This record gives sequence, C-alpha cells and structure tokens, in this order.
Amino acid sequence: MGVLVFIEGAGDELSQQAVAFARRLLAGDGDLTAVSVSDGIPYAPAAWAQAIVEQVRSLGPTAVLAPGSDRGNELLAHVAAILDLPLAAGCTAVTPCDPPTVTRVRWGGSLLEEARVHGSPLLLTVAPHAVAAAPLDAEPVVLRPELDRAIAVSERVQAVTAGVSLADAQVVVSGGRGVGSAGGFAVIEELAGLLGGAVGCSRAVTSAGWRPHSDQVGQTGTKVSPDIYIACGISGATQHMAGCKGAKKLLAINPDGEASIFASADYGVIGDLHEVVPAISAQVRKARGA
Amino acid sequence: MNLLVCVKRVPLTGGKIALTEDERAISTKHLGFTISPHEECGAEEAVRIVEQHGGESVVLTLGPPEAEEQLRDMMAIGIDRAIHLVTDGSEWDPQATAGAIVAAVRADGTQPDLILFGNESADAGNYQVPIRVAYALGLPCVTGVKAISVADGGGAVRCEQEVPGGSRDVYLVPLPAVVTVKEGLNLPRYPSVPGRLRAKRKPVAASMPARLQPRLEMVRLALPPGSGKQVQVLGHGSEAAPAVVDILAELGLV
Repeated sequence: MGVLVFIEGAGDELSQQAVAFARRLLAGDGDLTAVSVSDGIPYAPAAWAQAIVEQVRSLGPTAVLAPGSDRGNELLAHVAAILDLPLAAGCTAVTPCDPPTVTRVRWGGSLLEEARVHGSPLLLTVAPHAVAAAPLDAEPVVLRPELDRAIAVSERVQAVTAGVSLADAQVVVSGGRGVGSAGGFAVIEELAGLLGGAVGCSRAVTSAGWRPHSDQVGQTGTKVSPDIYIACGISGATQHMAGCKGAKKLLAINPDGEASIFASADYGVIGDLHEVVPAISAQVRKARGA
Repeated sequence: MNLLVCVKRVPLTGGKIALTEDERAISTKHLGFTISPHEECGAEEAVRIVEQHGGESVVLTLGPPEAEEQLRDMMAIGIDRAIHLVTDGSEWDPQATAGAIVAAVRADGTQPDLILFGNESADAGNYQVPIRVAYALGLPCVTGVKAISVADGGGAVRCEQEVPGGSRDVYLVPLPAVVTVKEGLNLPRYPSVPGRLRAKRKPVAASMPARLQPRLEMVRLALPPGSGKQVQVLGHGSEAAPAVVDILAELGLV
C-alpha cells in the first residue's frame, strides 16, 4: 500500500487536507509520498500531469490523490485521461475494499454519491473541508516538468482590488431577487460598508444584470466563509447555498417565513429587507453613538 | 470558425432536493429542467464568436429524449444545429460520456475548431469529461475560462482563467482546441419569440450510442446530514433591528 499526493505550491490548506485524507486512507500501513512542482515553472497542466504520471509509473502507488481545487481537479483529470483510469472528484470518504467505494459530493455539496471505482491505482480528489488539514511531515518530491510545446500560462493579469474581497470578507451582506432592482442594492451597500464587509448577491440578481458576476455567491459563483452572512431577500436555492455554507453564522431576512433559507439560518428576521436593512444600519449607527 | 458546445440536461433543484425511492436519482416530479450556468455561457460565447467571425455553431448533448428541450433552447439563442446522443436516462460515467462525444465528433461532417464545455456539470461535478475528450482527439485543453478572444487571425484563442485571489492566468491556445468555461464569461441572452420559432425548424441529428459499463459506478445518492440548525427568529420587520445589532455586537462588529 502506498499513496501519492499532489501538493500545490508549498502546501496550502486544501493540499494539507489531501494529506490528512491520504493518512486516513493508509491507516498507518504504507508510505505517503507527496509531490509538488518546482517553484518558477509556469503552470502547464498537460506537462505537469505527465510528470505526475511518471512518478505513478515509477512508484506504483495504490492511490493517487490531489486537493479538490481547480488545479487539483484539472491535473488528476489529465492523469486519468493519460492512464485511461476512472477518477472520483470531490471525495469526502473512501472505503478501501475491492473495488474501492468512495463518497463524493454532487451539486456543489447539496447531495452525496456513493460510487465504486473500477481501476487501479485509485485516482481521487478530496472535497474542500471534508477533513481537517494535517501538516506534511516530510519534504515533498519536487517535480520539474518539461514544458516543451505544452500549453502553459503565458502571463498573469493582476486583480484590480477595490474594497473588501468577497472570498476573504469577514462579513458579507448579500441580496437576492427580493431586492427588486439594481438601485435597491443601496441599502445592502450601506450596511456592508458600515460593517466593513463585502456585498454579495444571488444568481437571480446577476442574471437580471443588477450586479456583476464577480459579486455572485453560489455553486457557479464565489464560495464565501465569513463570520456572518446576511442574506437579504434570498430564497435559499441549492445553487446559492453551495456558495455560503462555509459561513460561521447565517442571518436571513425574508418576508416569507416558509422560505427554505430559514432551514439553513442561525438567525432570522421575517420582513421586507427594504424596511429591515435600513433599520439595522440606523441601529448600528445609534449603538456606535454616531 | 466552427464551434461545438456540449451541454447536459439537469433538474432545476430550487431549495430542497428529494430523492427517488431507489435513491439513484433526484425526484423531478415537480421540477423543471435546465443546463449548467457554465454551459449557458458556453453556448452564448459560441453564438457570439460565429456572429463576429462567421462559421457554424453546433450544440451536443448526451441525455434522455426530453433533453431535446435543452437543445431547442440553445438553438433559440442562435446555435445553428444540434447533435443528440439519446440515452434511456440512466447515469453515464465520465469515461463512457467522453467516448460517446468523441465518436460523435469524428462521425460529424464538420470538424470543430473550438469545442466548448462547462467547467463542470451542475449535477455530477466530475471535472473530467472535456479533458478526456481533448486527449482522445489529440487537442490541447484549457479549463475554467472567464474570457475568450480569437487571436492569431483565427488560428488561436486567448483564454483568461481566474485564479484564487481574483488575478487571471492567460493562455494562448492554438486551434483546434477544447476550452471549458465558467459562468461570468458573458451574460447570456434570453431567447426571443422569433428565435424560438426558428429553433423549431433547426436540424437535430439523433442517434443512440451503446452505454459502456461504468468504471465510476454510482451506487446510491444520499442527502448530506442536515445542518442541525434551528433558526432563532429575532423578530418581524424593523422592530428586529436591536436584536440583530446585539448579535453583531457579540461578533465584535459594533
């Protein structure tokens, strides 16, 4: 038994979760080999995957793991295509029977799937936050892929940063269809500003053209993990909840007490956001004595 | 330029997912159907590229007979024709799906310059069908793209991929190629009434590929354990504001 784990960079949070997952799979029986790509080599998925495949061929592991990040999923899909093996992406658990059985996420985590994987070595990526991170206790094997003519990143366009980034915000005040218009977001922006937070929105809002897609929280938008997520006029579709389930606390403001968002909320206010949100802003100012 | 965009019919899940009795599918009795938001952007991009550079756009799906609805929806926004790989509605694993798509691409008279996919399907989220298709066809592949522009006189595409932190990595990809896209690439148009009427007359080439034994074999589905949360209602309307501010104060925000 041996497990090969791909580590991104120096071993970020998701990579350390993949290491923890690998240790659980090994259960103390066998070697864990971490591999990473040397600093300074541009990202070139096909070439990087080829270097991982060479390690797989020389070490003969029983399983190959990567973090469930964009790059982790992409690289293992390349490895799977090269080796013509099945790949289970986004796994939360694995039972090493024959054939191995995995539990993996569907619908951005709103549904779980149990699946048998017919092929060896077992290829899987680890769903973010399925297990707690574990630091790497040995230096990873550093790979130096030959880029040759492979498709590689040719330049990086830096983000234009304005205000608090949605993904990293400690407070997110988010509006849904209930906001009613682009102009209706003034009350959301005011409260977010007072709390030093970021403005978010649901997919209904971006589809209507009220806010840019960069503000969208959800399965196909940004995943957020603030201390508190204030959802205003958002019904709670699975598409949206997949993006905000990482919030420590969720406060829902909705006129419909039966809205599904309340099933995932810690706190609820039943009412029209256009009355409730300005009242909260006024109360914050009052409490601060301003 | 000739474009092919691949889409997948999925239920519009709304707020709560319920499973069928055999726990192998979502109960769709009361649900409508759609495609992934990523794929909607892929179809919109295909239409825009053909509008600007000429050529033909084709939409392909592997799915049950009812998936013709999604093919017509895409033709209503301007896709020229459709390829329907008809299934009995059972689950196809990523390797079998990719194999059927590759066979369909080879069998079609027109070879696509650019094959677009969503970055991952809305339901299964396997993150691999496009990459498998690219390898089988010997094409380069870039994933998670949020901006595409035709470059090099139509011989390449410049693709921007968002990376954590909001910066973007740029790839220059020679054609033919496979590119997977994410929502945010564009804002898809709504179909017009004339567009819907035209879509009814556009050709759909249907065939029934044989389903291979799955190597990623779905056994059953399950709902994740509930959040276990019991919502604490702080009040109704603006009267709840002081209670909300108490909570914000507990978090050190006020």
